[in-house]
Amino acid sequence: MANLGPAHYSPYPVAYYDDLLTPPKGKALLLTEIVDEEVAMGEIAKMMLTRDNATIFPGPQVLYAWNDEAKKKATLIKEMAEVLNAKMIPMYDYRPKYPKIDAEVEINPNHPNLTIWHNDIKACIFVGVHCHYANVALKMIRSETDCYTAAICGLSGHEDAMATIRDQHAEEMAKFIEIAKEVKKELGK
Amino acid sequence: MSVDIYKINPEFRDIMPQEIIDLEDNATWAGESVEKRGISDLTDKKEILEEHSLCAGCPEAAALRYILASLPVPEETIIVNSTGCTSLMFPHIALHTVHSMFGNQNAVASGIKRTLGWRFPDKTKDVVVLAGDGATIDIGLDYTLQSFFRQEKITTICFDNEVYANTGGQESGSTAKGQVFKMAPKGKVFDKVPMWELAVTSGCAYSVKLTASAPKKVAKVLREAVLIAREIGPTYIHLYTPCILEIGLAANEGLWEMKEQDKDRFEDFKYVSDAASDYLKKCKKEGLL
Repeated sequence: MANLGPAHYSPYPVAYYDDLLTPPKGKALLLTEIVDEEVAMGEIAKMMLTRDNATIFPGPQVLYAWNDEAKKKATLIKEMAEVLNAKMIPMYDYRPKYPKIDAEVEINPNHPNLTIWHNDIKACIFVGVHCHYANVALKMIRSETDCYTAAICGLSGHEDAMATIRDQHAEEMAKFIEIAKEVKKELGK
Repeated sequence: MSVDIYKINPEFRDIMPQEIIDLEDNATWAGESVEKRGISDLTDKKEILEEHSLCAGCPEAAALRYILASLPVPEETIIVNSTGCTSLMFPHIALHTVHSMFGNQNAVASGIKRTLGWRFPDKTKDVVVLAGDGATIDIGLDYTLQSFFRQEKITTICFDNEVYANTGGQESGSTAKGQVFKMAPKGKVFDKVPMWELAVTSGCAYSVKLTASAPKKVAKVLREAVLIAREIGPTYIHLYTPCILEIGLAANEGLWEMKEQDKDRFEDFKYVSDAASDYLKKCKKEGLL
């Protein structure tokens, strides 16, 4: 069994109760601090490259080719996974799976901790997951696992992730990949 | 929204589970296809409904499968449902579904239909309400009828199992007179509410009462109702899907029960307004039916 997360079994497993809010425009949230976007990108890359079983969880907004932006992001996320030596496990939709999920190959927002526990994931990135479901999943992971969570969000970010960068579109993702390459080089990975 | 939301980016195809790949490769979408969808697809195509958690042999599950297989354009359809046994199936449908508060389904559907009309004026969006008899006829009767009075262009389908089944068997307005349930030991003292008739007097252009015993018939009625709701006005389908558990039948006896009721409480009732009838003829000429 994995260790508990920072919120433990609190009835309020939300960062909001620790006075955390989403970062302002142009900034990022790193644990409890507001930092420059580049700083957070570097830290996320470092965590992904140094912690066990790093995994990217792409959501429906990038998994499906429903517009040009999604197609561009798909290519970038694939590259991101290669640079970060990360596995990819899809959150392909938000339906509860009956009778149970296959925690090895999928993640579901209704019990994301199962996937984290089963694969012993210690660092992950949420990308392309609709905000409501990202919030639900991140709260559960924060409460019940010791996984380092990062949210790459196209809108205003997620305070329940340990690191979040906001307003992330194709251009910003390309920047993240470049920063990750540098971090990788520094770490000699 | 379009069929593109089911197309997987090639970069991720290798990590997607087979059932999602099947939705892209082997489900029937209207898309660019000229062929009509229908219940014959159930034999060899990917269904829009994944495995659900209803009781074994539940006729409601079969009825929903017929309906989903027959929607004219599923990728442009929004399904609104309400609390009840049906709630156990809706989260498993690979379409946009909205779960409303108990009884509010027709009000929610009306709002969605109007908003879609403003947001996508050049597209045809179908809004279909699927709810049980408790939501449609008892707790939500006000909203059901108001949507008919106001001529909201939506299709309302009532899955009538004649009981509040998942709360232990209380009688509903749709229960037949005299029926005894676990939580209605004295037997019901008044008649079944004739919702299909209320639908007509309340302004529906199309109202049909039937059982789910004949899949082809369910498919035809569904298609007609959705098409009429696009152009003419509200449509209503009253579909008998018995709760085999509450009336003491085995898993394989649901079909028999529906066939029995085809000749009794659920004897055919079909109302089509003149305008709707003319429209159906036009649809037939255009190959939509």
